[in-house]
Amino acid sequence: MRSVRVLVPLMALALSTTACSVIGGDSSSEKPASDRVVLVTHESFALPKELTRKFEKESGYDLVVRASGDAGALTNKLVLTKDDPLGDVSFGVDNTFASRALDEGVFAPYAAALPDGADRFVLAGDDGKTLAPVDSASVCVNVDDAWFADKGVAPPTTLDDLVKPAYRGLFVTSGAATSSPGMAFLLATIARYGDDWPAYWTRLMANGTQLTDGWSDAYQVDFTQGGGKGKRPIVLSYDSSPAFTVGDDGTSTTSALLDTCFRQVEYAGVLAGADNPQGAKALVDFLLSPEVQAALPDSMYVFPVDSSVELPADWSAFAKQPTDPWQVDPADIAEHRDEWLREWSDVTSR
Amino acid sequence: MRRILALVGLAAVPLAVLGVFFVLPVSGMLSEGFWVDGRFDPGAVADVLTRPRTLRVIWFTLWSALAGTTVSVLLGVPAAHLLHRRRFHGRGVLRALLLVPFVLPTVVVGVAFRELIGEAGPLGFLGFDGSAGAIVAGLAFFNVAVVIRAVGAAWESLDPRPAEAAAALGASPAQVFRTVTLPALRPAIVSAASVVFLFCATAFGVVLTLGGLRYSSIETEIYLLTTNLLDLQAAAALSIVQLVAITALLVVTSRLRAVADPRLARTTARPPRVSVGDWPGVLATVLVGVLVGLPIAALVVGSLQVGDGWGLGNYRALTTGGSRDALLVPVTDALVTSLRTAVDATWMALSLGLLVAVVVTRRSHTRAERRVRGLLDGLFMLPLGVSAVTLGFGFLITLDEPPLDLRDSLLLVPIAQALVALPLVVRTLAPALGGVDDRQRQAAASLGAGPLRTFATVDLPVMWKPLLAAAGFAFAVSLGEFGATSFLARDESPTMPIVIFHLIGHPGAMNYGMALAASVVLAATTAVVMLAVERLRVPSLGAF
Repeated sequence: MRSVRVLVPLMALALSTTACSVIGGDSSSEKPASDRVVLVTHESFALPKELTRKFEKESGYDLVVRASGDAGALTNKLVLTKDDPLGDVSFGVDNTFASRALDEGVFAPYAAALPDGADRFVLAGDDGKTLAPVDSASVCVNVDDAWFADKGVAPPTTLDDLVKPAYRGLFVTSGAATSSPGMAFLLATIARYGDDWPAYWTRLMANGTQLTDGWSDAYQVDFTQGGGKGKRPIVLSYDSSPAFTVGDDGTSTTSALLDTCFRQVEYAGVLAGADNPQGAKALVDFLLSPEVQAALPDSMYVFPVDSSVELPADWSAFAKQPTDPWQVDPADIAEHRDEWLREWSDVTSR
Repeated sequence: MRRILALVGLAAVPLAVLGVFFVLPVSGMLSEGFWVDGRFDPGAVADVLTRPRTLRVIWFTLWSALAGTTVSVLLGVPAAHLLHRRRFHGRGVLRALLLVPFVLPTVVVGVAFRELIGEAGPLGFLGFDGSAGAIVAGLAFFNVAVVIRAVGAAWESLDPRPAEAAAALGASPAQVFRTVTLPALRPAIVSAASVVFLFCATAFGVVLTLGGLRYSSIETEIYLLTTNLLDLQAAAALSIVQLVAITALLVVTSRLRAVADPRLARTTARPPRVSVGDWPGVLATVLVGVLVGLPIAALVVGSLQVGDGWGLGNYRALTTGGSRDALLVPVTDALVTSLRTAVDATWMALSLGLLVAVVVTRRSHTRAERRVRGLLDGLFMLPLGVSAVTLGFGFLITLDEPPLDLRDSLLLVPIAQALVALPLVVRTLAPALGGVDDRQRQAAASLGAGPLRTFATVDLPVMWKPLLAAAGFAFAVSLGEFGATSFLARDESPTMPIVIFHLIGHPGAMNYGMALAASVVLAATTAVVMLAVERLRVPSLGAF
């Protein structure tokens, strides 16, 4: 029982240091709705504290960030709560989900003034009247150049190459049903092969392609240049990924195959029925401001839409963007997503 | 009648909490599926149930959960014997360590497992990666500790004399086990197995990560249907299947669990040392050690790798925002957030659990009363079996009107975690309370003690150790909870599992190393908490 006597005060101490916990913690939700802006976003949202403080100071609003789930979960939450929105403004609905959000009337019109070069990212069919493009990132097949140089094999360059016997058992990708890059890759193959895409996937699977749950599994565990030093030198990742495999000699050991890319664009928009539409508009403008655009690569691993913004050194050297990525009409995606995913699941689990 | 009223009065608070934070959100999501464009249309939901894919998904869920439960029980029961009925050096530490998997985020465990069994891993030659066997191993990894704790606790307080008598009369050890020990342990084993089955049937990350996307369970299917396809009819259909299956499971187990006399024969005999005859327990414990130890070892090794060398760089980096400020907050802050949230979740789960346990263990005078108590007992198990996605989305669409305008409340996360921990708490407390002879309370009352005084002098002395054990369980559940937490809106204070998920989801060797290091820290924190509970020499860590 002696140990009990020592431990009880210890535990009491531990409890009292943490006990105030969330109850009694200061919460900005106490403020009246007109003094704050509530941003509903996905779990990858991140911006430096100095920037969000600057926004609060300049606009006079408190910024409340509610981040959770991925882009799909975010979109569906917005759709389900459209009659009583979760906040004032949303960031993170991408071009594969945007049509659903627009069809359901989630967003209120706001044509933000777009920075230079952002025009090419506006959503087809919306033309920037509702959704403002904030960033883009292309999902591309990446290769381990060092591995291929070592083996004396030429790396693949196109989607066609991936089904060739020379690259048998070398490719790992995350699944379309469970990950957003996986879905983007499926869309790239649909854009490339049209109605014949199931046949391509059958050959891809027959060529020893490995499927994983999410990006981190494919890249970190199975890819030869990932954290876990896997066995496969071809992986599905992003156009920016080569900027993160720069070795001591100042060169990147990986590169993105720019003929295999599908571009994801993330949008911000004012939510219909927002308590604070003025604040929401101010936040959309803030996301398009040069400071935020410049912070995007380091904070969220994406390219800014503003073409005048200077990229970090590793990015401008190694992160090449595709000039002409594969595209699928957002309305088509909205219409066929279900059917495509079902067919994809059938083909890949055969 | 008065007794039933008193019962309902006592159950009112937990029932209200369950109603607001479980029944309301889940029925909200179900009605989204049943009402299409404002019209009641159950036909669409029924159609889903006849799709071949749906049947395949249900079948896989059933057999994988059953296999996971079987492996957990087959390994857990002999290991429980060694860890709770035998004395050896380092027993407490071993018991605490075995609970660590319970709190590790599945995304990290998935990575750890795949580093071992993936084609590049040391066990890659087994060809285990992406197989149903890997899924079952993963399920057992997470759940074997539940069996060990629950069965071990029951075994500890088992009177050894009947077994000794049987042995003296010439029964072999196997005969003793089959005819004396096993029947006495049956309630504990059945309860533990039912909880483990629910955990297995609703496992999410394990099925996707280790199954290589070849398998879908009801849980993964609901996730896909709700967050990706927005096919709420199909999701509602599968949620109904979940609810029906759990109810059936609870009915069956409550039958199997029933014993003639729940009063515990408490013994405090000092357990003997390990002997040759304990080989099944030793073997099972070694197997469990390998199953649990290898992936954790893989994590530790990975976390110590810096570049091509070794070092503590990943741990030092935990106080920063990660390479290129990948994180809004340093991991150390997230640990504090996790601990604070866990404190809240723990007191919520304990206060609710205590009320529920009191309600369900009081002696019933009539059949109807017993039915009501049994019903309540089962009701509080339901949150374990329902998809976190359904619950999370349900929160958003139902808790948006005053007086229940709670969806932005910071309390949602601890409340959701408390709901997950509640069944474990109830199952830990109820047997201890049920073991108190009601005549002691009657004696106290006839001596003039009021209900509170009776509770303080009769129940509490028996209860405080199981209470601490339950607190440890609840704390661990909260520390590791990812599913519901990741769905709920939160401000700039993520918990550890969320931060780890964030780190591992971005390129850069540093982020990967930090994710592993953060997992090790989370695991170590849990082990320390569990060890503290263990040090309190709780003689009975509850029985399920």
